[in-house]
Amino acid sequence: MSTDYQYVPEPKLVKGDHSFGSITDLIAKTPLSPTPKLWYLAFGLANMLLMVLLGAIGYLIWEGTGIWGLNNPAGWGWAIINFVWWVGIGHAGTLISAILFLFRQGWRTAINRFAEAMTIFAVMCAGIFPAIHVGRIWVIYWVFPIPNQMAAWPNFSSPLLWDVFAVSTYFTVSLLFWYVGLIPDFATLRDKAKSKVAKMSYGIASLGWTGSFRNWWNYEKAYMILAGLATPLVLSVHTIVSFDFAVSVIPGWHSTIFPPYFVAGAIYSGFAMVLTLMLIARKIYKLEDIMNIDIMEKMNLVMMVTGNLVAFAYLMEGFVAWYSGYIYEQGIFWLYVVGPYAWGFWILMFCNVVTPQLLWFKNIRRNVAITFVISIIVNIGMWFERFMISVASLSTDFMPSAWDYYSPSMWDILTYIGTFGLFFTFFLLFLRFLPMVAIAEVKGVMPQADPHNYDEETSEFDIEKTKPVVVQQEQTV
Amino acid sequence: MDAENKKVYGVLAEFKNPKELVDAASSVKKSGYKDFDTYAPFPIHGMEKAMGIKKSPLGWIVLGGALTGMIGALALMIWVMGYEYPMNISGKPFINIPIYVPITFELTVLLSAFAATFGMLALNKLPRLHNPLFNVDRFEKASDDGFFVHIEASDDLFSEEKVTKLFQNNGATHIETVYDSE
Repeated sequence: MSTDYQYVPEPKLVKGDHSFGSITDLIAKTPLSPTPKLWYLAFGLANMLLMVLLGAIGYLIWEGTGIWGLNNPAGWGWAIINFVWWVGIGHAGTLISAILFLFRQGWRTAINRFAEAMTIFAVMCAGIFPAIHVGRIWVIYWVFPIPNQMAAWPNFSSPLLWDVFAVSTYFTVSLLFWYVGLIPDFATLRDKAKSKVAKMSYGIASLGWTGSFRNWWNYEKAYMILAGLATPLVLSVHTIVSFDFAVSVIPGWHSTIFPPYFVAGAIYSGFAMVLTLMLIARKIYKLEDIMNIDIMEKMNLVMMVTGNLVAFAYLMEGFVAWYSGYIYEQGIFWLYVVGPYAWGFWILMFCNVVTPQLLWFKNIRRNVAITFVISIIVNIGMWFERFMISVASLSTDFMPSAWDYYSPSMWDILTYIGTFGLFFTFFLLFLRFLPMVAIAEVKGVMPQADPHNYDEETSEFDIEKTKPVVVQQEQTV
Repeated sequence: MDAENKKVYGVLAEFKNPKELVDAASSVKKSGYKDFDTYAPFPIHGMEKAMGIKKSPLGWIVLGGALTGMIGALALMIWVMGYEYPMNISGKPFINIPIYVPITFELTVLLSAFAATFGMLALNKLPRLHNPLFNVDRFEKASDDGFFVHIEASDDLFSEEKVTKLFQNNGATHIETVYDSE
């Protein structure tokens, strides 16, 4: 057996035989064709869950946070777990759309619109929890620096107030970034729409976009600046979320590894959620050519890297606990492993440390069914990570006499399940009415889009002129 | 309405692919036209050179937004925490810059993002309610798979025959005169 190296044209990001027109048709078809029955069914289910959420929040406002399973050491339960989990889910969207954009990763175009939508809806779900956990939600505006009749101002040195700014900025910037990306695609839908209502609505949303190059020139600059702004933002948001814990003195929380570890975990869970949703959507909407296996493999690689970063962080937590010689830190780590929440710790270890190791194998990375299962396991694992940090650390703090076992009440569970209703209600509306793939960006990364790939004489597209890559070809002699 | 009563807005030509569009744009530029633009469903690599477009001033607008956000955030926090409503938190100084970093950063990013989005729309003169180009049916392809060059009648060198001829020489597949709808 010998190995041979060969130059071949760069592998195509969009599989199959596609032209610019067929890409438009493939993606614009869904928002412009009649609603399928399955969508109504899914939307109905999502709406029922949304009602559960509204009911649970309504009862919480009526009765107060006593309806949750909080007790004296664990004053923060599922609300903070779910908040951190949902914000983390959101991070993949910004990562894909901003960081991968700056790194010129063409494959992001297949999933960026989709992931950004997920970000926005996940941050909406996340934002609910800090808002409702304050107890008196009708005075939530006190967290904003608005002059009021008491002449009282928020405490700017509190990490919880940093959260207010971080999450609201994150939501706003993600929304702007998403909308800017949508403008050219709204124009496509406006031009393709047949019905008067659709033409009008997409026309208004597209703001009169023509595709003029002078406009594209400013647009690309704006898009790049927004990506440049969103990149440190995505790192800062989860860093600030981790400050909620790390700035306090509770053993298990007061740790400098928290910011990078939270960010890695956020990206890990976010990619898992994008995969879960993408693998369903590409099947239903027949987008296998765009959201293809190569892209799934790349996402799996990101998941493997971030999963191993998270695993390394767990190892370091144990090491630093031991090395610091601080008995409370050592105690809490030992309680993680064998204490009252050891079941959570071992679920976490299985989901977040063992699972990503499977992704070392190419066959698994390229297997749709296994990837789907792994993506769900990862999301469960990351939820348990936040559970262990919040609940296990709080309920077994310094004094054993103060320890108390925390278990959620029915209302904790219903609120959490209800947020899925909110998420899927919006996500289904997105799938129904908006282009779920960035049409203009996918066209932009097709080899036909680059004038350099055309023959000088005949002006015809020439595949030979695309950037070559070296491939290793195994040959059996 | 017949063509006689309408004002000529310009001449629109369609080209086959991005390569021909870039070639056509550079030939229009070489012929001395200034009020022209190209239309494509995605931004084309190298078009700025062919059309001779200068760098976008958007970066400066965003810098303005960033400075406003940063100075505003610091001023707000120093005023509130130092003078208007000082709070003693574990004996820490009232004006405590490291503690202001997260919010300062967030507000800098927030105002820069607003500046980038709305600055881009303003530079592009969007939103726009009316555009004579939408009177051309073929122009719908500009957001799908059409590649167009349009020379405006406001250009000093503009004459319908000359422009049409120029487009023909460059291999345009369709050429159409655009009328304003009044």
